[in-house]
Amino acid sequence: MAGNDKADKLDRRQFLAGVSTALIISGAALIHPAEAWGLEVKDLKPETMRTLIKMARDIYPHDRLADRFYAVAMKGYDEKAGSDAAMRAMLETGVSTLDDLARKKHGVAYADVDWEAERVALLHQIENDKFFQTVRGGLVVSLYNQKEVWSAFGYEGESASKGGYMSRGFDDITWL
Amino acid sequence: MAEKFDLTDDTVVVIIGSGAGGGTLANELSQRGIKVVILEAGPRYEIEDFVNDEWESFGQLAWKDMRTTAGSWRVHRDFPNLPAWIVKAVGGSTVHWAGASLRFQEHEFKTRTVYGAVQDANLMDWPITLKDLEPYYAKAEDKMGVTRTNGIPGLPGNNNFKVLATGAAKVGYKRVHTGRMAINSQPRDGRGSCQQIGFCFQGCKSGAKWSTLYTEIPKGEETGKLEVRPESHAVRIEHDAAGKAIGVVYFDKDGKQQRQKARIVCVAGNSIETPRLLLLSESSKFPNGLANSSGQVGRNYMRHMTGSVYAVFDKPVRMWRGTTMAGIVSDEAANNPQRGFVGGFEMETLSVGLPFMAAFLDPGAWGREFTSALDGYENMSGMWLVGEDMPQESNRVTLDPAVKDKWGVAVANVHFDDHQNDIAMRKYAHKAGSAVYEAVGATRTFPTPPYPSTHNLGTCRMSENPRDGVCNKFGQTHDVRNLFISDGSQFTTGGAENPTLTIVSLAIRQAEYIADEMGKKNI
Repeated sequence: MAGNDKADKLDRRQFLAGVSTALIISGAALIHPAEAWGLEVKDLKPETMRTLIKMARDIYPHDRLADRFYAVAMKGYDEKAGSDAAMRAMLETGVSTLDDLARKKHGVAYADVDWEAERVALLHQIENDKFFQTVRGGLVVSLYNQKEVWSAFGYEGESASKGGYMSRGFDDITWL
Repeated sequence: MAEKFDLTDDTVVVIIGSGAGGGTLANELSQRGIKVVILEAGPRYEIEDFVNDEWESFGQLAWKDMRTTAGSWRVHRDFPNLPAWIVKAVGGSTVHWAGASLRFQEHEFKTRTVYGAVQDANLMDWPITLKDLEPYYAKAEDKMGVTRTNGIPGLPGNNNFKVLATGAAKVGYKRVHTGRMAINSQPRDGRGSCQQIGFCFQGCKSGAKWSTLYTEIPKGEETGKLEVRPESHAVRIEHDAAGKAIGVVYFDKDGKQQRQKARIVCVAGNSIETPRLLLLSESSKFPNGLANSSGQVGRNYMRHMTGSVYAVFDKPVRMWRGTTMAGIVSDEAANNPQRGFVGGFEMETLSVGLPFMAAFLDPGAWGREFTSALDGYENMSGMWLVGEDMPQESNRVTLDPAVKDKWGVAVANVHFDDHQNDIAMRKYAHKAGSAVYEAVGATRTFPTPPYPSTHNLGTCRMSENPRDGVCNKFGQTHDVRNLFISDGSQFTTGGAENPTLTIVSLAIRQAEYIADEMGKKNI
């Protein structure tokens, strides 16, 4: 590789930053190279959506769930922000407050703070705010109500069309 | 088939609500040749419309009209506009009930006598005894096809039941079985047997579970004497100069105000809407609300002492498979004040799907302590704790002076504070429930707080003396002879048992009384 050392260092730093958050901002979109998906952000700043997705995982962390489920759970806020100026203001201000807290304590934005426990400590500082309450209250439905998420927890969902569990293991427990 | 009655027909009995009380009463009256119009606020769905999906079904069936809350109960903090999880549809809450059909115990009809004076509790003996109600309990059990009565076998136990039963046996409980359930364990009354679908709370897709929607109501309609008007929201009961009820004002499905004349009016809107309607019907003759000379309308709101225990094991349970309420432990149901509280409680299996588990396990909780619990969902077992709560005058449904619904009518505010007895019972019950699961190797247990109320009781209670309550022993209001309370609002006290069987029994008894009084031209 022919480039000078300075440029190499810069690239590496950018690369490392990208790895630490998994999500890369590209124009008005978020790109997740590892999971091979992108999300166009229309009415919020893309940085804001990136932070919201990180925040979603920190609120309801499940190591067995890929980032895309958290992205799906949060993308509705972008649409809401488009039709509801007060909502957009609350989300932008909320994220910017969170970032300020993160910079004060760790010198980086919230999504770039290394450890979950450190980010959670920041969330505890804002957990009684309307911003946090709104995000958490919406997320508890928008995350766990995704049918694709259920199988990760073993939950089988709808059963009537399959004839219920009468002959499909309603009493199959063996370890008692 | 279903007749249509004229708005000006003043010979009809108008029943507001079509659930356990209203739907049963309507059928019983129409079988006696009495003309009935049901005004049901919700739409009419049929079995094929039900969905095995918790939030979608909630959107379809739940009563979501605005309500407000107050008081120190946790529901006020967690679900400020959802004090109760009940149904707004034809069939009322019999569409989503679990099916548990238990008789009250003898002492639960005379708690003031048996428990004595409990500080800050408004205990009172019912004006009826278990003996009075026994013949009607028998009729209700037959009508509803309750398992373990009338020679009907119990349901088979699912995984969740097996965990409960094994743990219960290990801690020494004796009264453990798969319940007295109004769910067919074999085909009966034109309906098939339980297919162990789960989703009992979302409307039974097989029709094995009794609901007025596909039993009482169509049977009533077949007589040609019953008309059900869905999407008809009652807002006022009108009376004449003599103080007799003469009709009901309601908004129809097009939002148009209508006025149905009536010979008799029966209110069965569940214990929040029933007192709301009486309070909304105030007039110069009844300035504090209709049938409220006692000042007791809306008071003594009871919701049962409730709570749940969920437990995680090191191996799978898959509790969602099969009937939601699949078994019961009744050893703690008796009154045994040595435990530190009066009254008793039942332990009944309960299961909710992942979406509702996330919302209700510990409302508002977040972070790894919470999510690691959900990570154990497949290995989880659960029970509901349901016990007698203390009636208190200050636990109360009132009209919210500041909030109006879409018709411009004041919404109900539900104020509730737990009584010390409720708190002591819940604490004990959480421990007892955890012990059952720990006995079979639970690695972690969760003492889960109450959900929005499903058992709403007592806001128009029965009393011997008109000074003490709203209605007499037949549910007939003390103040207005042709006005009846036909739902759980009549309950003088709550008992430990799930209330539906008692509501149905009271409705059968009330129908007999109304028909008799009509025959004698007393009303």
